[in-house]
Amino acid sequence: MGDDKKEVKRKVSGDEAASASEERPKWNSKTQYMLTCIGFAVGLGNVWRFPYLCQIYGGGAFLIPYLIALAIQGLPLLYLELAIGQRLRMGSIGVWNSISPYLGGVGMASMMVSLLVGMFYNSIVAWVMWYFFHSFQDPLPWAYCPLNENRTGYVKECEDSTSVNYFWYRETLNISPRVEISGSLQWGMVLSLLCAWAVVYLCFIRGIETIGKAVYITSTFPYVVLTIFLVRAMTLPGATVGLTYLFTPDWETLKNPKVWLDAATQIFFSLSLAFGGLIAFSSYNPEKNNCERDAVIVGCINSATSIYAAIPIFAILGFKAQTNYNTCVDRNILSLTNAFDIGEHNITSENYNDWLFSLNTTDPDIVSDLELRTCELQTFLDQSASGTGLAFIVFTEAVIEMPGSQVWAVLFFVMLFSLGLSSMFGNLEGVLTPLLDLKLVPKWMPKEIFTALICVICFAMALIFTLRSGNYWLEIFNSYVGSVPLLVIAFFELIAVVYVYGINRFNDDILFMTGKKPNWYWQACWRVISPLTLLLVLVAYVVVQAQQRPKYPAWNPEYVDFPETDLQFYPDWVFAVCVLLAAVPCLLIPLVAAYKLVQRMCLGSRNLQEQERHHANPYSNQGSYSNQGPSSNHGSHSNRGFSHDV
Amino acid sequence: MSARLLFALCLALTWTSVLMQDLCTEGASDGYKVRLSIKTALGDHAYEWNESEMFLFKANLAYAMRRHFNMQTYNVSNIIVCDETPRVSFWFVVANPADTSQLIPGGEVEEAVRKSRNRINNAFLLTDQTLQFLGIAPTLATTVIPNTPPWLIAFIVVICVVSAGILALLVSTFMKKIRKEKGVLEEEKLENVYENGIPRDGPEGKAGSLNGGFMEDERHTQL
Repeated sequence: MGDDKKEVKRKVSGDEAASASEERPKWNSKTQYMLTCIGFAVGLGNVWRFPYLCQIYGGGAFLIPYLIALAIQGLPLLYLELAIGQRLRMGSIGVWNSISPYLGGVGMASMMVSLLVGMFYNSIVAWVMWYFFHSFQDPLPWAYCPLNENRTGYVKECEDSTSVNYFWYRETLNISPRVEISGSLQWGMVLSLLCAWAVVYLCFIRGIETIGKAVYITSTFPYVVLTIFLVRAMTLPGATVGLTYLFTPDWETLKNPKVWLDAATQIFFSLSLAFGGLIAFSSYNPEKNNCERDAVIVGCINSATSIYAAIPIFAILGFKAQTNYNTCVDRNILSLTNAFDIGEHNITSENYNDWLFSLNTTDPDIVSDLELRTCELQTFLDQSASGTGLAFIVFTEAVIEMPGSQVWAVLFFVMLFSLGLSSMFGNLEGVLTPLLDLKLVPKWMPKEIFTALICVICFAMALIFTLRSGNYWLEIFNSYVGSVPLLVIAFFELIAVVYVYGINRFNDDILFMTGKKPNWYWQACWRVISPLTLLLVLVAYVVVQAQQRPKYPAWNPEYVDFPETDLQFYPDWVFAVCVLLAAVPCLLIPLVAAYKLVQRMCLGSRNLQEQERHHANPYSNQGSYSNQGPSSNHGSHSNRGFSHDV
Repeated sequence: MSARLLFALCLALTWTSVLMQDLCTEGASDGYKVRLSIKTALGDHAYEWNESEMFLFKANLAYAMRRHFNMQTYNVSNIIVCDETPRVSFWFVVANPADTSQLIPGGEVEEAVRKSRNRINNAFLLTDQTLQFLGIAPTLATTVIPNTPPWLIAFIVVICVVSAGILALLVSTFMKKIRKEKGVLEEEKLENVYENGIPRDGPEGKAGSLNGGFMEDERHTQL
């Protein structure tokens, strides 16, 4: 009897320890949760993709399709993910498994996409770190061309293009002329990548405990820097030119369907939907939390940040265009002055046209020999760039011209680093939480070591991007992994929640969590509007992509038209890799469903019942959050019962 | 007789100067074009280009020739200048002091100018870009390359800070875990004390309820 008692007590204390260690982590405060979600949503794309889209799609007019897409697609999906995560309290795989075992593939696809995106996204952060390390020099290394061997001139590649291009393509990436030529590992890049993953691991060690502290800085710092840049940019000459160019609406572009497609895809990727990260974050929330308000706040702040970031970016681009225009005119003036030996500063930008006209009438051959370039401010403004081109080429060029360039460069790259890091949190969380929830981690391995293992594996795989052809591979990953699979996953998420889980059940869950049922707008969006628009966007996107064999811009110094980029087709094996990257996550959904079906049929009904008990119904997780877990409750009941019996 | 001598001298001088002027032409093979951009370089502090400045230039060139050949024979009169323009550009050739009808070959002049380029520039407060010798490429100054690249220093600082942070967090997490386990073990040990007491007190309600009470307390403190 005593032995039995001893056993019961040991079992009870064992259960206590087990429940205490398995207790789900939770956010220290609502602010941390909101900052983390905002940080995940606000990323590099807000700074370098949205302003570019605004520019090429008619400025202010682009805001209309953008905001419409936010309203009918972005916000409903965001609300759905936050609500389902908060209700079912598991990472992405667990949530979809709970809804239906056949839908486990959706979670696995989410996890796989998060892993692949996390790999290449941190490589971009590594590039940002490399530029950050190089910003502590005077003069900035991308401001001048290095000399060639016999010190008679500059390196040819640098002279043909610009010093900024040379620093990016040669000294940073050491890029190969084609994607097939892999080259060797670039050690500077490897070190930067190591640093990037070390910082990510530092923030992830204790899970959301450390993330929650880190986001106070990484989510707020970009806004500080954007404001500083805004104030500075407004005082630069040419800023107003850039801003009027950005915001002048061209209503004709609204008739182009591609504008609507790009607006929809931009809002979708910008909110970081379908990664599983948002589901993971909201699963750490207390049960009764107003997720509707959270979703609307996160969505609106994300869009507002995009618009707010566009202002200083375009002011600075306007300044750069103005500077380039002035340099072009000055160069022409100097050619004329030297050719005709006119006194210095007699020709100015104001009387340049008059002088040119008179000189052309007297000596037209000499003037034509000079090959004067026509300088148009509009041409310089039209030189748009997005993505890494905007940050590492266009912006760095602008920074050189600003007095105190080191300070601006450091600020800019730290801002990009914060944006990238806060998005990395969501990516990695979308990988770690499902693995931890599914208890795939061996018992003896503490969570910290497991996190370190994942970081080391990702670092090893991301070494591809430090090869000489790394930039080409990164573009491939960006275009193929970060696009179609996410659309497919989001579509299945909608169908799963609305039609498999049941919209009425979902409405009741939300009533339980927030205290009110979602209104007719959300109902209409979830049931009809969002799935339809998502399907439309997916089909249109695939059709547009499939229309032509994809090309990529290669940096080839031997190219005839260098410094223009050499447009090359992808070789067949690379194209096969692209298709695999897009298809494999999507195929996981039907594959897992088929696997579960086969399993069910083969094992028969007895095991089916066991499995149904094991795949707990969603409501069993209720209580896993409170201080008294279900196991400890049972323990106390049994102990009291037992002692009274004896 | 003195008048005839005088006339011959004058004729000789004129003839020499004409000859010398013939030596200096635009596009002369042994000559170089010089272009100065004083206003661009000095802005408001620009000086005016006049005869004295030209004299300074000729003197500098004579100095450059002296330095290159290590001979003291070159003089201002050996530097012949022509084709001055309001741009402030002109051609010059260098005549051989031994035989003034002969020019110093262009290659030698180039070497001489290259050697003393820095001194010539500084005499006029100009740079390689604002005092141009067309056809003589300036030797570009290399930027100072420090032994340790500065970016490596920044990288080492950052990686040390991050590693220190990781170690600190890992150590504190494991210390917390060890402390928690020690706490549980101690409570289990106390529990065993009571258990050993059970056979003495009997397995009946008293020990059981004592145990039950203790277990309940433990649960509350843990959670």
